[in-house]
Amino acid sequence: MHPAPSLILFTVLSGMGFGLLVWLGLGLRAPTGLAAFILFGLGYALAGAGLIAAAFHLGHPERALKAFSQWRSSWLSREAVFSAATLALMAPHAAASVFWDRPLPLLGWLGAALALATIVATAMIYAQIRAVPRWHHWSTPPVFVLAALAGGALLAAQLTLALWLMLALGLAMAVHWVLGDQQFALARSDTGTATGLGRFGRVRLLEPPHSGRNYLLREMVHVVGRKHARKLRVIALVLGAVLPALALLLPAGYAVVGLALLAHIAGMLAQRWLFFAEAEHVVGLYYGKR
Amino acid sequence: MTTLPPTPARKLGLVIDLDTCVGCHACVISCKGWNTENYGAPLSDMDAYGESPEGTFLNRVHSFEVTRDAAPPMVVHFPKSCLHCDDAPCVTVCPTGASYKRAEDGIVLVNETDCIGCGLCAWACPYGAREMDGAEKVMKKCTLCVDRIYNENLPEQDREPACVRSCPAGARHFGDLGNPESAVSQLVAERGGFDLMPEQGTRPVNKYLPPRGRDTLQMPALASLCAPDTSAPTPARPAQGFLGWLDRALEKL
Repeated sequence: MHPAPSLILFTVLSGMGFGLLVWLGLGLRAPTGLAAFILFGLGYALAGAGLIAAAFHLGHPERALKAFSQWRSSWLSREAVFSAATLALMAPHAAASVFWDRPLPLLGWLGAALALATIVATAMIYAQIRAVPRWHHWSTPPVFVLAALAGGALLAAQLTLALWLMLALGLAMAVHWVLGDQQFALARSDTGTATGLGRFGRVRLLEPPHSGRNYLLREMVHVVGRKHARKLRVIALVLGAVLPALALLLPAGYAVVGLALLAHIAGMLAQRWLFFAEAEHVVGLYYGKR
Repeated sequence: MTTLPPTPARKLGLVIDLDTCVGCHACVISCKGWNTENYGAPLSDMDAYGESPEGTFLNRVHSFEVTRDAAPPMVVHFPKSCLHCDDAPCVTVCPTGASYKRAEDGIVLVNETDCIGCGLCAWACPYGAREMDGAEKVMKKCTLCVDRIYNENLPEQDREPACVRSCPAGARHFGDLGNPESAVSQLVAERGGFDLMPEQGTRPVNKYLPPRGRDTLQMPALASLCAPDTSAPTPARPAQGFLGWLDRALEKL
């Protein structure tokens, strides 16, 4: 799949923002005054920036409001509904914390649940797609949820929690890679089933339908991006989870948390790049590519 | 509404005969012509006279080679368009309700004024039946020529999809696959019509008819010398700009 920068930025930043809102809503850290202003501001900015980055991905952003209508069947619609509900319900809790030094726990908990639901919905948009076997697997949602919660805990300066979540995230990424490598074969789709000609013999593409590129190839058959997959996996694992975890073992301080945060973001960008670039869509079988 | 309707009584669709298709691409051109001049946004071409032209098509013809153990290899021309699946994954993922499957005849359509161009339906389709138009930025797909088949302004013999009407080999058949008595259903039963990628669970309405058995003469030993040379892939153009820098930096690690 094509690793679109807007989608990589959206899933990383917005996930982190909603992860931070989960912890702020749960009240594990109940900041007030200026601290609350900065933390809630950061959560809203990240979540909002991610949503704006995602809107750039649309062909017709001016019709985006229609995306709230199909929550019965569509995970993308559910994501839109959950994210808007999170930002709306969390607002009184945030305002009360900032201006009156008095958090509203009930709204906070509700907002936290919705923020978590938003992260799960984002993950399910990918995990539901059967035509991309690597994504269509139970190991996809844990990566998204743990990345958001670990990044959010780091931003909320919940350092012990962040340490454990970083370790869990590292494990989740490794599981997603190792099991993901087998999923295309397990889906049993090949050029033989794609054309139905497998019953006669070995099938290969003789002539593509046209000499140029097309939308399908640009969007879903992205072979070049996998060139450095092994190295990028190590980079994602070390920067995204291992290095932040090690940094969190050091005596706490702004420099340490800042370093952990930068490493984590860089690692997660690498992980998300790979998440798209390594994902093979079965439509590639019609073009002799995977 | 992007929830799927209960199984429609009529299931209009195509039966494509891989035995008789000659790979002339007439269906590709007539489809592009009809669907550019009629219902919905026109099917655009991008960089049509430049060095890398590409365009939106709802129907494309691939050609495959099947290497057989006890018979000469065969070339099969393979037209592919929307299969109007009973369990259409492209419909349920749509966040706006633009994508829908009609309850009355099972045709899968896109309401272009509701489409936000997110592209998720094209991701969900295992067959590559949907393409985002490069100019209009809305999702385009085969409509089964819904503006021909019910169009009483057209002479009766033209009330079938453009691809079927234009096929000089008679390789494309249109009809109601929900009715076991229909000509297309009989054809599927008689010739052993099959689904594409049944393991994807989409339950396509369109069926494909297999090539008939051809000569089964002894293979000359020479044939093994004609195996395609797959050793040298065409070199890819090196990436430019930021990605190019990233590529070189990672190469040095």
